[in-house]
Amino acid sequence: MATVAERQDLANNEVASQWKLMWWSFRRHRLAMVALGVVLLLYLMALFAEFLAPFNPHEANRRAIYHPPQAIKLIDTDEAGNWSIRPYVNAFKLERDPFTLQANYVPQEGEKIYLTFFGRGATYNLWGLFESDLHFLTTVDPTERFYWFGADRLGRDMVSRTIYGTRISMSIGLVGVTLSLIFGIILGGVSGYYGGYIDLVIQRIVEFVLSLPTIPIWLGLSAALPRDWSPMSRYFAITVILSLVGWTELARVVRGRFLSLRSEDYVTAARLDGASEGRVIFRHMLPSMFSHVIASVTLAIPLMILAETSLSFLGLGLQPPIISWGVLLKEAQNIRSIAQAPWLFVPGGFVVISVLSLNFLGDGLRDAADPYAQGRE
Amino acid sequence: MDQTATRIANASAIAAGEPVLEVKNLTTEFPMRTHTLKAVDNVSFTLRYGRTLCVVGESGSGKSVTARSILQIVDRPGRITEGEILFHQHLTSKGLEGAGTIDLAQLPPRSPAIRAIRGRDIAMIFQEPMSSLSPVHTIGSQIIEAIRLHDGAAKKEARERAIELLRSVEIPNPEHAIDRYPFEYSGGMRQRAMIAMALSCSPSVLIADEPTTALDVTTQAEILDLMRDLQEKFGMALMFITHDMGVVAEIADEVVVMRHGKLVERGSVEDIFHQPQHDYTKRLLGAVLELDEPSPKRLEMRARKPLGPPIVRLKGLEKKFFMSKGLFTKRQDPIVAVGGVDLTLYEGENLGIVGESGSGKTTLGRCIVRVHEPTGGEIHYRRANGKEVEVLTLGKSGLQDIRREMRMVFQDPFGSLNPRMTVQQIIGEPLVCNGETNARVIRDRVAELLEMVGLPTQTMERYPHAFSGGQRQRIGVARSIALDPRLIIADEATSALDVSLRTQVLDLLLDLQERLELSFIFISHDISVIRYFCDRIAVMYRGRVVETGDTLEVCDNPQHAYTKALLSAVPRPDPRRRKMHQRHRYHEPAA
Repeated sequence: MATVAERQDLANNEVASQWKLMWWSFRRHRLAMVALGVVLLLYLMALFAEFLAPFNPHEANRRAIYHPPQAIKLIDTDEAGNWSIRPYVNAFKLERDPFTLQANYVPQEGEKIYLTFFGRGATYNLWGLFESDLHFLTTVDPTERFYWFGADRLGRDMVSRTIYGTRISMSIGLVGVTLSLIFGIILGGVSGYYGGYIDLVIQRIVEFVLSLPTIPIWLGLSAALPRDWSPMSRYFAITVILSLVGWTELARVVRGRFLSLRSEDYVTAARLDGASEGRVIFRHMLPSMFSHVIASVTLAIPLMILAETSLSFLGLGLQPPIISWGVLLKEAQNIRSIAQAPWLFVPGGFVVISVLSLNFLGDGLRDAADPYAQGRE
Repeated sequence: MDQTATRIANASAIAAGEPVLEVKNLTTEFPMRTHTLKAVDNVSFTLRYGRTLCVVGESGSGKSVTARSILQIVDRPGRITEGEILFHQHLTSKGLEGAGTIDLAQLPPRSPAIRAIRGRDIAMIFQEPMSSLSPVHTIGSQIIEAIRLHDGAAKKEARERAIELLRSVEIPNPEHAIDRYPFEYSGGMRQRAMIAMALSCSPSVLIADEPTTALDVTTQAEILDLMRDLQEKFGMALMFITHDMGVVAEIADEVVVMRHGKLVERGSVEDIFHQPQHDYTKRLLGAVLELDEPSPKRLEMRARKPLGPPIVRLKGLEKKFFMSKGLFTKRQDPIVAVGGVDLTLYEGENLGIVGESGSGKTTLGRCIVRVHEPTGGEIHYRRANGKEVEVLTLGKSGLQDIRREMRMVFQDPFGSLNPRMTVQQIIGEPLVCNGETNARVIRDRVAELLEMVGLPTQTMERYPHAFSGGQRQRIGVARSIALDPRLIIADEATSALDVSLRTQVLDLLLDLQERLELSFIFISHDISVIRYFCDRIAVMYRGRVVETGDTLEVCDNPQHAYTKALLSAVPRPDPRRRKMHQRHRYHEPAA
């Protein structure tokens, strides 16, 4: 019988849950912590795109074609030398070269466009719920414009477009990965749990899919989409196409875990307890691989983002008027934009940042997923 | 060999009993998140030439950390904070002119000075012979490397010495064995190779950290025998770490008993076994000696209530494992794990199945509940209403009914409980799976079961990692009795536990047997556990039952040659009855 001392010990022992242990070891991973911050910021940006974007991203402006970026200055000094905190940008004036008719934007010294936080601008409908015209940073005079990241060939504000692009680009990763996760868990799970011929067949399918060159497959499948579909249905069709390839890696991870868990005594015990197969899989096996699955999902999202970007860049992914980073980068395809408007590459920077931070985050999660494996006694 | 001869000559020049390594007030600490853990706390002892010091203690007592501290190979972030480890180099056979006493505790862990001592003067053998040998190099190349690293011998000479060493650790045919890879060796052979490697530079001190724990008893007996012979031959000091009092009685000259990092008692093996001073030593010995005899409670229970009719009858039960046929590989011969076993278990009886690893005892247990599908034979099970069913012909629902009455307790207290479920969920799982939906009923039943296995009911919200091994095993037992079973198959249920916990768990099982009218099939490699717990014993060897009979009769008067060998290899916890040298050896008769 357990001694009294032992009982006392048990009653007083404070216990950290699995998630707490995971969080502890995750916190020690500096880079992953920073990446977590960046990823959260990006998703907040996607969530509140309408509020954060200064202008309507679809609004063209004939007088601002390839408008260069303007630096935002926070401290305003007047002629008398007094200063105050009041953000503004210097106005640019469009001038045409009389001979070549080339457009040139000339900064106008002293001509300032004042900006305001939480100003009023174009009205929007946030998540289809709230009607508002509040913007995080916009011009004091709603008819004025400022271009922090410059403007594109139709004079549309790149800041607003990039922010709106975040929404599609970051969510296509989530939706795509969710779909691949469903495929991956079901197929990988079946493969690992039953083994034998089923495993053989599924693994050969995985190898077959992995051996296909991805870009031509994507191209082929998305070229097969009917032209007359609405942009939204194209969006979903493309996530499905991406996840058709993306599930394979996840299926392998899940299969490996299932194979090793299948021989665990507690799984045998559950079978002897009379648990049905579904219960054994979902109640007993899946929870113990959850942390691993989360980690591999985090590593799969950037692949999806890149895939979407490359497809859209090639003109076979999303189509305007939908805004995604890939669609924006499509604008930067020609030599003219490199020469004339290098700021069109800004969305590319966002792709790099988001992919890097998701990768770091995934690495950190993967290391943290196994708090027991780190020699804790 | 010349080398060996010189070595022996040198060794004999030093009187046996001369101190070679003195550990004084050693303290090793591990800084933790909230506090500092003293893994070794103020421990002192002396290693002497030609003598064996056994460090004994239960898991977590700091035995291994002590050994690792001597060689400065403590896992980070642990470090030695106090004390001295005095190594008297001038007294060793390699004692160079001018070499004096070195305090190993002062040497930085990565310094060339300590590296020169490791392996050359002080060598170590680890518990797991597979993971301490490199799988991608031959045994020979690993020993040769060790020799050349420390002695700078020429390749050819080193090879000859390696062969000589393999011969001295009694590896058959050393000229060929030297070019084999570790996976071609059996567990015992690997441990011999490890010992050969440790001896390669004729160290003055050999530290063996549980070198026989992973081995079968017969192999363990061989290794212990070998180590004692080698010590006589080479005269080195041996520090032997173990948790097994039987092994201590067999080989120790001096004994150090450790608990929670502290030295509890130190003395000669005679004193420790026959006049223990400290309560803890007495308790430890008590637990071992208790296991040496049949449980009085069980004998009393049997006297009160005779056994019933047979509950399980196995007829020619057979299990072959077929190697999966790959695309390009030829079909291989199946492995016969269980080859035609006939056994009968009577109601209310405890049947012990004993055998070494690979004898098929675990497979047999799992075949009875059809975790593994048997490939032949019959299993007759008599249900509570007296009707007999053939388990192998049952369909899914019939099997589920039987599995409610036949339950299993697993060996590994860590692997057999789902780490993501609370104790309540784990114990309640069989109830839920068998149609109980009322949360209140389940809760009450779990509380009742916890009470039955001696755990506080407020622990049911905890996850298994909050419990010690013994407590986890109790949870496993609670799960197995949740459905009012009639038969429990316990597969090495006490093997992962410390000795003092084993009797506790066995007594718990006996207690439950009385209350719930259970029958047990108890699978173990440990004869003493079986003798304590089981009425009848079946000895398995290579998938067959070679002998069955009343436990005491078989233990006292074994008939089959294998049983004799097995029993004589079990170390007895009594230093006055050392008998390793007189043991039987079993050689399978040629078929």
